[in-house]
Amino acid sequence: MLELIVVSTLNGVLFGMLLFLMASGLTLIFSMMGVLNFAHASFYMLGAFFGFQLARWVGFWPGLVLAPVLVGALGALVERYGLRHVHRHGHVAELLFTFGLAYVVEEVVQMIWGKLPADYRVPEALDFSAFTVFSTNYPAYKMFMLLIAIGIFVVLFAVLTRTRVGLIIQAALSRPDMVAMLGHNVPRVFMLAFGCGTGLAALAGVIAGPALVTQSNMAALLGPILFVVVVVGGLGSLAGAFIASLLIGLIQTFAVALDISLADLFGTIGITLGPDSFFSDIWRVTVAQIAPIIPYLLLVLVLIFRPRGLLGTRDT
Amino acid sequence: MSNAAKPATWTAAPAAAMPGALRRYGVWLVAAAVFVVLPHIFSSGTALTVMSLMGIAIIFALSYNMLLGQTGMLSFGHAVYYGLGAFCAVHVMNLAIRHIVPVPLVLIPLVGGAGGLLFGVVFGSVSTKRGGIAFAMISLGLAELVASSALILRGFFGGEEGVTTNRTKLLRLFDWSFGPQVQVYYLIAAWCLVCMIAMYALTRTPFGRMCNAVRDNPERAQFVGYNPQMVRFIAFCLSGFFAGIAGGLAAINFEIVNSSYVGLGPSGTVLIAAYLGGVGYFVGPVIGAVLVTYLQLMLSDATEIWQLYFGLLFIAVVAFAPGGIASLVMMHAPLWRARVVHRLVPAYLLALAPALVMLAGISLVIEMTFRLTVKASEPSAMTFFHVPLDAASVASWLAALLLIAGGFWLFRRSWPVVDRAWTEARAAAKRQGSAS
Repeated sequence: MLELIVVSTLNGVLFGMLLFLMASGLTLIFSMMGVLNFAHASFYMLGAFFGFQLARWVGFWPGLVLAPVLVGALGALVERYGLRHVHRHGHVAELLFTFGLAYVVEEVVQMIWGKLPADYRVPEALDFSAFTVFSTNYPAYKMFMLLIAIGIFVVLFAVLTRTRVGLIIQAALSRPDMVAMLGHNVPRVFMLAFGCGTGLAALAGVIAGPALVTQSNMAALLGPILFVVVVVGGLGSLAGAFIASLLIGLIQTFAVALDISLADLFGTIGITLGPDSFFSDIWRVTVAQIAPIIPYLLLVLVLIFRPRGLLGTRDT
Repeated sequence: MSNAAKPATWTAAPAAAMPGALRRYGVWLVAAAVFVVLPHIFSSGTALTVMSLMGIAIIFALSYNMLLGQTGMLSFGHAVYYGLGAFCAVHVMNLAIRHIVPVPLVLIPLVGGAGGLLFGVVFGSVSTKRGGIAFAMISLGLAELVASSALILRGFFGGEEGVTTNRTKLLRLFDWSFGPQVQVYYLIAAWCLVCMIAMYALTRTPFGRMCNAVRDNPERAQFVGYNPQMVRFIAFCLSGFFAGIAGGLAAINFEIVNSSYVGLGPSGTVLIAAYLGGVGYFVGPVIGAVLVTYLQLMLSDATEIWQLYFGLLFIAVVAFAPGGIASLVMMHAPLWRARVVHRLVPAYLLALAPALVMLAGISLVIEMTFRLTVKASEPSAMTFFHVPLDAASVASWLAALLLIAGGFWLFRRSWPVVDRAWTEARAAAKRQGSAS
């Protein structure tokens, strides 16, 4: 039991930090530009596939740096030549543009790399077990992922709170029009923010690719969870996104490990239900089985009791 | 969505000389006549199937536009109400076959509608508290919730194989068995017409106008004394009702309902259909539904990567014609009335030729990439519009790039001609308007 708790906590924090790498970019972009980037998870997927291709050509380590840079540049181009053009048609058009983009990226990835999972392997230098918790060998690569994610988090935090650029970004989070009045080139700040945000998502993709499955449906699997994180945390709140990322990461990891159903729970106190009852499906399903829907249940609960999200302040 | 503020009108209604009532209802009589005549013109089995699907898609897309076009709510999960309506319908059909509830087949779509309405009330009470982007995200979350639950709750959703039924075994009225597709077509067409009229009538009521007000400026709607949340909620429930009717018709048409009905796929398709057609006009989603259904069936025969073209088409419409096809057509309405629209034809043809050349080049690049990557095991020789070429040779890539660059350059050159023709036609139309 203790083993399960330790391993699940580690995995949960890891998944949560990965989510935050993406949610932070999404939140930054949303707060500054008012665009909810539907294609954010697609850039994560592009990161994984670019990393995979670069790992084949030049090795894993150069790919770790190059892939996010390339994807970030691609993101900046999308902003410069796509979104900026759509901007005058309003926010709905922008959201639909990124929706169409997500659709096209998935098709392009399928066209180039196929529908089967890509053989993206952990680099040999990290292919050993870091330590053993009771009887479970914990892979070094996962520790590496955790370190990168925490490292990026620290850097992001430092940049946002300690530098001039960070101050401008923070100002643009709450009062973008005022920042423009003060003479900053807001379109360029937008382009940079979009590039950095998509680059962060790509970095998450590169490091998650070898550990999870690099496949053309990975964006569709992760995208909705990402939106849950952003809405639960509160639209436009970085701290909220951080808490929600960790929360959802931990909840989902623990839920997968729990093999208990309502029938087991009530069975211990002597209540049973016949197999033919209408509710027998709900009765017998285990927590592990409903793990995929827990984030969405959480979303609904948060919306009922706190519609602004955990730390949200803006009523958008 | 500034263009969405225009009232939904049918300019297809012919000239002003007609008496009032005929002018008002004429378009519906024409629509009914078209529905009746179509199967006599296109009588093949495929055509009947396609037209049945189009009828279902029209109801579904129009119900979606009650949200996006009329009330300004962007939903990514509208198929939830379509799918749950279909499941309700299929379960009631199975109960009717076992003589537990006596419902004739012609009323089964209403059961679907009731199902859609019920779930619309349940989910709407949670999701319509906020509008805008938050609503869009919540609709996506709810769609995921239902789609994932569909695989867990096997009793209701039937697991992976779904729930099957047999439409011919229900209580019969007038000895219609609904075995042949043509009977199903007429059932769908009748329901389609009824739903179209109902949804159009709804846009003309004070409630429909309040929906537009909430879309354009919720704060001012509140000042007038209406609660925007309540308006959104009612619009959402009614939209769920019509989506459920479409789902019920789909259950009758396919005789099987599975978990893919409630998935994100159909939700995305209906969004694309409504937007391509144009959300600012009532007729827009009708055009979009017909076009998208046709493209889905025909394009998938022509190329394996049709979804990519589909996505690119959608992006192009969002970027260059955010009002959709309907607004492009309606732009010409004043010119049409002034009878000067023919003056644009030469300029349009002049611009169309290089545009087609450019599109052919883009399509060639896509098809050659597809041939070299996914189908790498097959030989690189291929045909493109009956032209044989080798995808691995430099010459064909150069040709493709030349087509794109040349087409783009000529298109840019032809654009001033179109612009001038347009300005002149507009001026001519205005002169006529002021003269009469």
